[in-house]
Amino acid sequence: MKTAEETKAAIEAAVPGAGVTIVPNPSPSAQHSLRLDPSHAIAVAKFLRDDEELSLDFLSNVTGVDYLDKEIAEKVKVTRQVAKTVDGVEQMVEETVEETRKHVEPGYLEAVYHLFSMKKKHGPVVLRMRTANRTDKVELPSFTPIWRSAEFQEREIFDLYGIVFTGHPDLRRLLMWPEFKDHPMRKDYLEPDDFDYEPTAHDKVLERAKVHQGSSGGQQGAEAAR
Amino acid sequence: MAADQDLKIELGKQGVFVTTIEELYNWGRRSSVWPMQFGLACCAIEMIATTMARYDLARFGAEVFRPSPRQADLMIISGTVTKKMAPQVVRLYNQMAEPKYVIAMGACAISGGPFKQGYNVLKGIDRYIPVDVHIPGCPPRPEALLQAFMTLQKKIDGQSLTGADRPRHLNAETNCEFPVPAQGDHDLEPPSNRLVWPLPAVTK
Repeated sequence: MKTAEETKAAIEAAVPGAGVTIVPNPSPSAQHSLRLDPSHAIAVAKFLRDDEELSLDFLSNVTGVDYLDKEIAEKVKVTRQVAKTVDGVEQMVEETVEETRKHVEPGYLEAVYHLFSMKKKHGPVVLRMRTANRTDKVELPSFTPIWRSAEFQEREIFDLYGIVFTGHPDLRRLLMWPEFKDHPMRKDYLEPDDFDYEPTAHDKVLERAKVHQGSSGGQQGAEAAR
Repeated sequence: MAADQDLKIELGKQGVFVTTIEELYNWGRRSSVWPMQFGLACCAIEMIATTMARYDLARFGAEVFRPSPRQADLMIISGTVTKKMAPQVVRLYNQMAEPKYVIAMGACAISGGPFKQGYNVLKGIDRYIPVDVHIPGCPPRPEALLQAFMTLQKKIDGQSLTGADRPRHLNAETNCEFPVPAQGDHDLEPPSNRLVWPLPAVTK
């Protein structure tokens, strides 16, 4: 089987300007993945499936990952003109000051595909695609027309992460009801506040249950409800 | 108005059988509790095992699993109730004819169990419909379900047909219709039926 580098080279030879980057996996498994550019992803996927040597004819798993917006603080040295009194005379002196600058790196949603070859008995080849952000530009091309087994799994990702797969034949929610508005597997998902009865609360549940204790919770709340 | 037990036995020895309408009525009710044929998760497998020859639910007159709620007396909530499924469960319960009973089977049906904090898991079906018997376990053994059946039979046997605590179907004033929760934008609405499930006191 080809290594990630060889697969990348094969893709780039077949699909010009495919824009494949290797996402290294530092763990002992060294299962590096290939990050695809969404605009060329369909062509790349077709190549991976139909190529004689790779023939990745089986899509075993599709999953989603959520990366939150990251605030990065950097320390930068800045030289500034500062007024100072030296020997009784006011002078402008240059001084280097350390400043922390913060900038926000936008988060993104990621779809991960695991491909195997039934014909050649090899795999997995791991593909990743990232959306532009987490809010409005969440479209990714669907691989369902290429591997049929992606259908339900992409629906599940659409449901739980909110990635919109363009070209999917039947993109509806899979697990949650159609009226549901949130995406529960996103890291910033907040479950509805139904922690009014938690007899064995601890950790995060305890924190949320505490709000209900006192005036509105417990025995008094039960009596008020009756 | 139960007949004196000693007198009944004495009369029985003489070949005279004495009973009351209440006893006969409750005997009939408890000996033909027909469950509804419906399972929600892995507890349903244990429920099926209970009906098979080894555990033989037929001994309790409850082997006839009915595929229609109109013909069923007992709803066994056998498994996790998801928020997507909860309205259907309540609707099925509403469609059952009185007298009707509910057994909440297993940790999930009681409280959400191991999946309690899940985004799609109802924290116990007793938030929407009245539950007669709760059985803990994950899943409960068939013996535990039989125990629940016997507990339910005792409960039916103990009911008097008149008075304030008479069964719901003999009391014209009680409401037998339970509101079906709506699936809202973020959660079921309402999140619980306070008339069925007044907030239990948390004991520390």
